[in-house]
Amino acid sequence: MSIRKPLPHDSAPLHVTGRARYVDDIPVPAGCLHLAFGLSDVARGVITRADLSAVRRAPEVVDVLKPIDLPGDNDISATAHDEPLLAMGEVFYHGQPIFLVVAESHRAARKAARLGKITIDPRSAILTIDDALAAGSHFEGGPITWEDGDVEAAIAAAPHRLEGEIEIGGQEHFYLEGHAALALPLDDGAMLVHSSTQHPSEIQHKVANALGVPMHKVRVETRRMGGGFGGKESQGNALAIACAVAAARTGRPCKMRYDRDDDMVITGKRHDFRIRYRVGYDDSGRLLGVDFTHHVRCGWSADLSLPVADRAMLHAANAYDIPAMRIESHRLRTHTASATAFRGFGGPQGMLGIERVMDHVAHALGKDPAELRRLNFHSADPARPTRTHYGQKVEDFALHEMVPALLERAGYEARKQAVARWNAENPVLKRGLGFNPVQFGISFTLSHLNQAGALVHIYQDGSVHLNHGGTEMGQGLNQKVAQVAASVLGVGLESVQITATDTAKVPNTSATAASSGSDLNGMAVRAACDKLKGRLTRFLANHWGVKPARVSFEGGEVHAGRKHMPFAEAARLAYEARISLSATGFYRTPKLSWDREAGRGRPFYYFAYGVALTEVAVDTLTGEYRILRTDLLHDAGASLNPALDIGQVEGAYVQGAGWLTTEELVWDGAGRLMTHAPSTYKIPACADRPDIFNVTLWEGENREPTIFRSKAVGEPPLMLGISAFLALSGAISACGSAYPALDAPATPERVLAAIRRVQA
Amino acid sequence: MDIAFLLNGETVKLRGVEATRTLLDWLREERGLTGTKEGCNEGDCGACSVLVADAGGVRAQNACLLLLGQLDGRAVTTVEGLSGPAGELHPVQQALVEKHGSQCGFCTPGIAVALAGTHLKGATDYDQRLAGNLCRCTGYAPIIRAAEAAAKAPVPDWFAPGKGAPEGIGSAPKSVDDLAAEIMRRPHATLIAGNTDVGLWLNKQLRELDDVIFLSEVAELRQHVADSEGLHIGACVTIETLRGLLAGPHPHFAAMLARFASAQVRAAATVGGNIANGSPIGDTPPPLIALGARLYLRRGEARRVIALEDYFLEYGRQDRQAGEFIEGLTIPAQPDNLRVYKNSKRFDQDISAVLGAFNIAVEDGKVQSARIAFGGMAGIPKRAEAVERALIGKPWTRESVAEAQAAFMRDFAPIDDMRASAAYRLQVAQAMLERVWLEGEGVATDVREVQP
Repeated sequence: MSIRKPLPHDSAPLHVTGRARYVDDIPVPAGCLHLAFGLSDVARGVITRADLSAVRRAPEVVDVLKPIDLPGDNDISATAHDEPLLAMGEVFYHGQPIFLVVAESHRAARKAARLGKITIDPRSAILTIDDALAAGSHFEGGPITWEDGDVEAAIAAAPHRLEGEIEIGGQEHFYLEGHAALALPLDDGAMLVHSSTQHPSEIQHKVANALGVPMHKVRVETRRMGGGFGGKESQGNALAIACAVAAARTGRPCKMRYDRDDDMVITGKRHDFRIRYRVGYDDSGRLLGVDFTHHVRCGWSADLSLPVADRAMLHAANAYDIPAMRIESHRLRTHTASATAFRGFGGPQGMLGIERVMDHVAHALGKDPAELRRLNFHSADPARPTRTHYGQKVEDFALHEMVPALLERAGYEARKQAVARWNAENPVLKRGLGFNPVQFGISFTLSHLNQAGALVHIYQDGSVHLNHGGTEMGQGLNQKVAQVAASVLGVGLESVQITATDTAKVPNTSATAASSGSDLNGMAVRAACDKLKGRLTRFLANHWGVKPARVSFEGGEVHAGRKHMPFAEAARLAYEARISLSATGFYRTPKLSWDREAGRGRPFYYFAYGVALTEVAVDTLTGEYRILRTDLLHDAGASLNPALDIGQVEGAYVQGAGWLTTEELVWDGAGRLMTHAPSTYKIPACADRPDIFNVTLWEGENREPTIFRSKAVGEPPLMLGISAFLALSGAISACGSAYPALDAPATPERVLAAIRRVQA
Repeated sequence: MDIAFLLNGETVKLRGVEATRTLLDWLREERGLTGTKEGCNEGDCGACSVLVADAGGVRAQNACLLLLGQLDGRAVTTVEGLSGPAGELHPVQQALVEKHGSQCGFCTPGIAVALAGTHLKGATDYDQRLAGNLCRCTGYAPIIRAAEAAAKAPVPDWFAPGKGAPEGIGSAPKSVDDLAAEIMRRPHATLIAGNTDVGLWLNKQLRELDDVIFLSEVAELRQHVADSEGLHIGACVTIETLRGLLAGPHPHFAAMLARFASAQVRAAATVGGNIANGSPIGDTPPPLIALGARLYLRRGEARRVIALEDYFLEYGRQDRQAGEFIEGLTIPAQPDNLRVYKNSKRFDQDISAVLGAFNIAVEDGKVQSARIAFGGMAGIPKRAEAVERALIGKPWTRESVAEAQAAFMRDFAPIDDMRASAAYRLQVAQAMLERVWLEGEGVATDVREVQP
């Protein structure tokens, strides 16, 4: 069995030699054209004149497209049909594409794109949360509110109350491979599109609409992405559509890739939030009622903002059983790039809100932060489960066991004492510990997306061709799914050929998102392999004259008692006996029922859990800091591949810690993004990882019958990074008696401001 | 221009190439060597790292900031050149596979190249060597595990970057005199040394530079000499070389330079370039000013010497005439009192919000002299003269420091930008002075020294 083995990423030998091909590496036929967008330099205004004559005259320019030149739908939106490929009459953010240049080279296209003379009559732009609140600029007409219990009464009756607010910055994905697409016009009006996308079916759908052709005329292929993190769930639509439209017009292959600065300016990022809280609690630290207000800066179009804001609400209680809870969620439309999916999809922001509350209450009561959290956990008794604030029974709660396991392994009690001693002895450098649990719901909250398909062929030599609807962005999905196929068919992994995601092989797929890749596609592949195995079993039972139940597949052979033959031989015989050796597989997640309007139901099939403890040191002179040590314990169920899962946990933690520390997005007063390159936007570098970094997987299995009882692992560990933020808060607390009320990202500047507050 | 260089062991001769084309574009678009990736096209991500070898040794550099015109007579090894003749993986490649050092794989070629260069030198300061290679997937831990695992393996016999590099065939000036004459003939030509700044004009501003003079062949400009007068440094000494030169005389300056950009950029960027471009946030001018460095300027046969601080006139304007260039500088010999502090959002490979350099001499408890200079606090690298005055002659006490801290307001009116607010910059500048004093008192203030 190849499942459970810590195998390297299937493409690792290609990665390290530079042979792994990304969209921009695909050899193109002669005559390939290159595209670039001309961008708005105003955040909001009316286009009064678009003089593109200099663009047309520029060297190597073949074509310049305005909205009127588009053959079909001028829309790239993932959801609401509110996002034109090229601005029509009005612009809504700085960096919005206005026209499209088609040229003989990438550089020529980029140069020409800067020559457009676009006259824009500026209008007052809504840029900030405060601007949007003042203007009443909401999606969905106003805030969405969910209430569970009587919050006002609970807070009023509580022995203690406090309130506060936290600003939570957004986050740039900074996938190392920027967005890219390549369209190859075929005969018969069809189009083949290579796209760096998490969602090939959506690319297919949007390209078909843009060309005004049925979906069957468009085939989208995605071999791999150089990172996605949610940033390639919807944001690749523009490039793919632009390439397809230009290819259809010129009859030539067309390629587009964003320069890094363009990528950062044009595409959406993680939503920034402001969260207000009012909380009532008792002497022990038990929360009795919490009232949250989420202000979500969504940008200019809907994109995925509404489900992102929903997921923030769904994770607003994290792992805690809070008797009364109310969440008012304002989805604010602003004239900035449309915020989009990013690993965790709103969950991290919602979770940081309640972790902030816990930190604040622990500070007020002088209680141990880990103890306070445990006190508020969901029920330890699976027979008497508590319910979340949206009414889902928590039946698989693992944190009562995981927390002590982590704290003991990390030497928490002794280190708490050591930190206190250090802080008493050191006037300038302060240490802090931060602890947080994670309970993350697994499933798309738009229930119909929880489906997947697969296509598996066995060739007559016994080799297996594997295809499924999921996309590979570095997470090792293909390897995990290949391990599933090899295990089910009882063959070695080398017999299974992983192939590019292809809308012509598996149709109507969901985005590889919501951590669902291996859960959904693993099950679909298993279903296909089970079908094939069933056919071979019946055939061989007949062939050997044994009962089907005696036929088994193992070690590259098929067995029935003392009879056995190589899998390849079985495949050949089955072929000659005219048995179909190709099968599709399909899976839909069971048990889901979710009423989004009411905020009630079971949106999640199960939960994934994690626990983190981080220690930091802070320089109180300037607010600079370092992560000294991190201990993580994460629940990946019965892991399909522990090496890949640990890789996800380590990487997600560092990305989560980066979000809350050095990764600061700055816009100027005119709505221009000032941090649009790695020179100014600082993701963690090598030395920013913790000096000591202990990552362990929890030995458990999924209570639900997921693929070999594993759990989804892409997003949940990102929120383990919250512990780094809490550790900073802890270190700052050592500077005085006031609560630090730290905002995120906790840049050295914000840390110093909090230190000064605490010292005041 | 014409160039000859070695590419993965094969001699390449190019006639009449566009000298300002980047190696990255040429590799990918002309040679089909797509293993070298474009991640940012500005030298900040390292996905395009290649090894460059010449008489100065083997070093990782960013192919996006290397121009064809800089390659004449050198050897380039890309990720495709790491493996053996039969496709055997280099030990760092093998270890990256086994230790799960790649996820999406896009940064991986650059990391493999940087690690192969590190492995070749037998170096183990991985955090330093990889500071310029961003990875967004792994959190770096498995990459370091791979580096440590590979360290045990010998350098494979096939791996000898630089061996067999051809003689250069280009026409770039070879001596300072030739250079001086060439610049007089073409006074408006752009001088290109390390191309870490000019590269951004090309890649980001999309400027076309038709008139350029490459400094890469002028060996004299890379020379350095220490004598009783001080340390004499040629304008094209790289930041990495400078770091080594300063380790003895001014170790705190050298330590700060470990945070100057990344290994790839330090290997390319030059001291002269860092001064010549007049940036208010270059990291070498403030400490050089604090040390009283003198700058040598040359125009044709005419030479002049000025105090480095006088070179910076105002934002965007320097004391350099058409046809004039920086030949070198001298750091006067002196006892080492220099403390240099860099403040940025991220420790490594970040542009300073504030860079403070303090050259304060205390005798018998009194401040005898103080030269204090800052980057990031004004439109130019600038002395904190009011602060210096507030200190000189005063007892070196917390009270004097507190009084001098107030003088920063008179010296500087910094700006708000994406790196820091004006208020924070002032607070940091003041805190840096306090740090000098606290360090003298033996108080631990360096967060980078705290052990877990």
